[in-house]
Parts: sequence; C-alpha cells; structure tokens
Amino acid sequence: MSTTVETPLTHNKTMVLNMGPQHPSTHGVLRVILELDGEIVLKAEPVIGYLHTGIEKNCEKLTYSQCIPLTDRIDYLANLSNNLGYCLAVEKLADIDVPKRAQYIRVLLTELTRISSHLVWLGTHAIDLGAMSVFLYCFREREEILKILEAISGQRMMTSYFRIGGLALEPPPGYLESISKFLGTLPGHVAEYEDLLTENPIWKLRTQGVGVLKLDDAIAMAVSGPSLRGSGSDYDVRKYFPYSSYEEFDFRVPTQTAGDVYARYQVRVAEIKESAKICKQAIEKIPSQGPFRAEVRGLIPPSREEMKTSIEGLIYHFKIWTEGITPPPGEVYQAIESPRGEVGYFVVSDGSNRPYRVKVRAPSFINLQALPHLVIGKLIADVVASIGTIDIVLGEVDR
Amino acid sequence: MEAEPQKIPLAVRKLKERDPQGITEVISFRGETTVVLPRNRLLNAAEFLKSDPDLDFAFLSDISAVDRFPIEPRFEVNYHLTSLSHRERLRIKVRVTGKDPVVPTVIPIWPTANWHEREIWDLMGVRFEGHPNLTRILMPDDWEGHPHRKDYPVEGYR
Repeated sequence: MSTTVETPLTHNKTMVLNMGPQHPSTHGVLRVILELDGEIVLKAEPVIGYLHTGIEKNCEKLTYSQCIPLTDRIDYLANLSNNLGYCLAVEKLADIDVPKRAQYIRVLLTELTRISSHLVWLGTHAIDLGAMSVFLYCFREREEILKILEAISGQRMMTSYFRIGGLALEPPPGYLESISKFLGTLPGHVAEYEDLLTENPIWKLRTQGVGVLKLDDAIAMAVSGPSLRGSGSDYDVRKYFPYSSYEEFDFRVPTQTAGDVYARYQVRVAEIKESAKICKQAIEKIPSQGPFRAEVRGLIPPSREEMKTSIEGLIYHFKIWTEGITPPPGEVYQAIESPRGEVGYFVVSDGSNRPYRVKVRAPSFINLQALPHLVIGKLIADVVASIGTIDIVLGEVDR
Repeated sequence: MEAEPQKIPLAVRKLKERDPQGITEVISFRGETTVVLPRNRLLNAAEFLKSDPDLDFAFLSDISAVDRFPIEPRFEVNYHLTSLSHRERLRIKVRVTGKDPVVPTVIPIWPTANWHEREIWDLMGVRFEGHPNLTRILMPDDWEGHPHRKDYPVEGYR
C-alpha cells in the first residue's frame, strides 16, 4: 500500500486526482491515483491493501478443514468457486477420489454461483454507467440463486458447502426441482437485460472502443477469465485443465476479439447462458442416490450413521474432528475457473495436520494490475467503465 | 513419483539437454512437475521456457514464496508457468538463504510478475533485484517486518 502521492505541481499542466478508496464505483476499497492532462489520463496507479486480512497466514494455523470458511471470504461473490479450488487442492494432496455424484453437484452449484456473480457484475456495471433498471432486475434473479443456496447449505453467501472429499451434507429433497424452475425462467430474464443493453445506443457509446485490452498485453499481464476471453483468447481452465468432471459436459467458451468493455459484456452474458446449459446437463447427470462424500478411513469423517453405530466409526470421527487430517508432505497447485478467471490454490504440506502454506492465485489481483493498459491515454470519464469491466472483488485482491 | 523416461515432460528434457548442470533437482508429485534451479540460472531458463516454440510458457500464472524456517536455504520462490498453446503446466523453484534473500526479477520476461514480486517482498521479505518499484503493496508503507515469515507470529507483535 503506497501512500505517497507525487507532488502534482511538477508540471504545470497535469493534475493528480485521487479516486477512492471511498468511491461508489470502485466496488470496494480500491484507490486509483490518476494523473490527468485535462480530461486525458496520463498515469493510473491502483493502490490496494485496504482489505488485507491475512487469510493465507491464518490458514497456516488452522487444520485443513478449518480453512474452508476462510476461502468463502476471499471472493464473497463466488464463494463456492473458492471452496472448490481449495478442496480440490487438498484432495489432490491427500489423493482422495470424490464420488461422481458429489462432483456433479459441485459443478451444478459452482455454475449457479457463476451466474449469480455475473448478475451482480452486470447490475453494478450497468449502474456505474447509469442504467438503473438493469441493476434491480439482476438482483431480483440473484436473490433466487441465494435462496437456492440457502436451502442447500443453510447460508446465503458464506456457504462453505464443499468439504474435503465431497459435500458438507446431503442436499435437501426437491433441490433439483427448484434449480430447474429457476433455470426455466432464466432465459427470459437474460433476454430482458439484453433488450435493455445490447442494442441500446447509450450503452454502446459508453462501452464500445472503451478500455481496450490487446491480446498480447492481456497474456503478458496474465489476465484470465472473461477479461481475457473478451480479447480473443479461449483460455478457460474448465476446458484446458478439466477438473471435477468438466470434461463430461458439453459447453462452449464464448470469446470476442474486440477487447473492449462491450466485448467483455458480451462474453459474460454469453457465459450466463452457457452456465445454465451446464446446470441443465448436471441436473440430468446427478444420480438421486449415492454417497455425497468419499469414504476414506482416516481422511474423511465417517457417515453419521456409522459414527453412531460402530466404535471404529466413532474413533475416526473423533480423531478427524479433533486432530484433522495429515496429507503426505508435498505441494500442489490446483486451478479452477472462477467467474473472474483462474483461481489457483497452491497448498504446501509438511505432513502435519495444518497446511504449511496456502497461496491463492487471485484473478482479481492480477487482472487489476492490467488496469493502466485500459485507461492510459483515454478519457477520465471512462475510468469507471474500465474498473467495472474487469470485475474485481476487493476481498480477493487483498486477501 | 514416476521415474520412467517417457514420463519426463518435454520441458524438463529440453532444459537438461540445454544445460545439464543448470538443474538442481526435478520433483514429480501428484502429476505436477517442479524444476529446481540455481538462482543464477533462473533468468536464462525462464527466457528459454518462454521463447521456445515447443514449450511456449508465455503465461505466468502465479509466483509464490514459502518460508522453510529454520531450514536453510530458507526461502523457496515458486513460479507457476502455463503454456496456453500446449496446455501444459510447470513449476520452477528457486531456493535462497535467509542471509541473502535476493532473486533476480522476471518482469522483463513476464510483466505480470510486477505485483507478485512486490507482494512477496512485502509479506515474505525476499528482494527482487532489478524490480523498478519494489515497495510494499498489501501492508502499510511504514509496517515493520514481513508477516508471512514463519518467525512472525499470527497475532502480530504486541
């Protein structure tokens, strides 16, 4: 966090403007130091760290399963994606195979999370650019997803529903029907947003040709997610390095080549539709019966019934919840595709019951680094659009 | 784990061919390959891994540091490379001592390294030689110490 602002009076013509950390369109506590020549941005320096909570450091003092609630709080708009990344990393470390049923439910719920995260992005991005009604519509649909997540996990946002080896608990009866019902109404709603924005001349004026990120710059800055796909690459972790049975699903990775704010808008709206498609396939694939968690002695807690009826089950239950699990020494990097890009968990084990080191590759942190590429030489009025379009979550930037 | 010759990834084979003394160790664990390099070979190998068309590691996913205190060499800096054209991943690792925690910067090769290196300097206290702006990024400017070091208490100093 740099607090020094260069004196603005070194040149007579430029002016230094401090945007944030308290600014409604920075989506949190982001500060950007802008150097302006009239209305043209000459220099933009994002200043971060206002939300640093030391999550990675805290993980080192918790057992493997106690870290899961912290991963929710990294990206609070896509909690399940972060749960998934962490659980997959620990499962890789401990060599646990997750049952297919749990894998499909994980896919279904992370895709729902992707839809909900993109809806928040679309709503807030539209309100940044002055379209109030889209915001209200998006939050209406997001509310439906949060209700579904609450019914399944007991929590609207900080779900912590994925656990090492599978899920926290058996999903409630009728959950697939409520998701199907929601998915049935979604295409109509998406058409509604598109009616309001896609051909809207004001929206196009504010977004087309604004905040252009060239493909070379995007790859050099390691930008990922829809921000990269808007610039022409089709890098999507789900396709390139499939995890959690994504290779069994049939979906398209939407891309655009213009690299501007409008292109990234098109990519994200198309992704909402693709996610709905994946959800529908997952609903068909999920068997109604079957284990929701792997069964591995000493690594996964035994089922409630076994714990109550067998002494061995009780001993393992007690050992796991007091001591935790002890994966072999080693280190793994597991990446997943979150709504914002490649989320990577680098987990190092020293053979004890606590992770030796957890490092999160936070896509918001890395995508934000590319912000100067989007705004330098452009008008200050477009800075807000450019911050909104890279879809940062400050919790993830600062961790 | 596996040591059969056909399992050795192309990147490792090429690096070995090019500079047999330039690799300290190759670790294979859970299907992931880690190449440990001496500090003075890092830039050379990084440049090669990025520019060789058969490898094409143009996308630097992440840089992270691990503190092995009190074992020396204490710090490990891990570079997670991704090749978008060949759909491959590779981790390269450099070990540095607590007395001399300095690694050359890779910004000229992968510009994305800028903030990663600042973060590692801030939280771990590993310096990156040649970095244009090696200042704190997450902690306040006047913070003392490097919080992610193992000898730094979780609760902080009170």
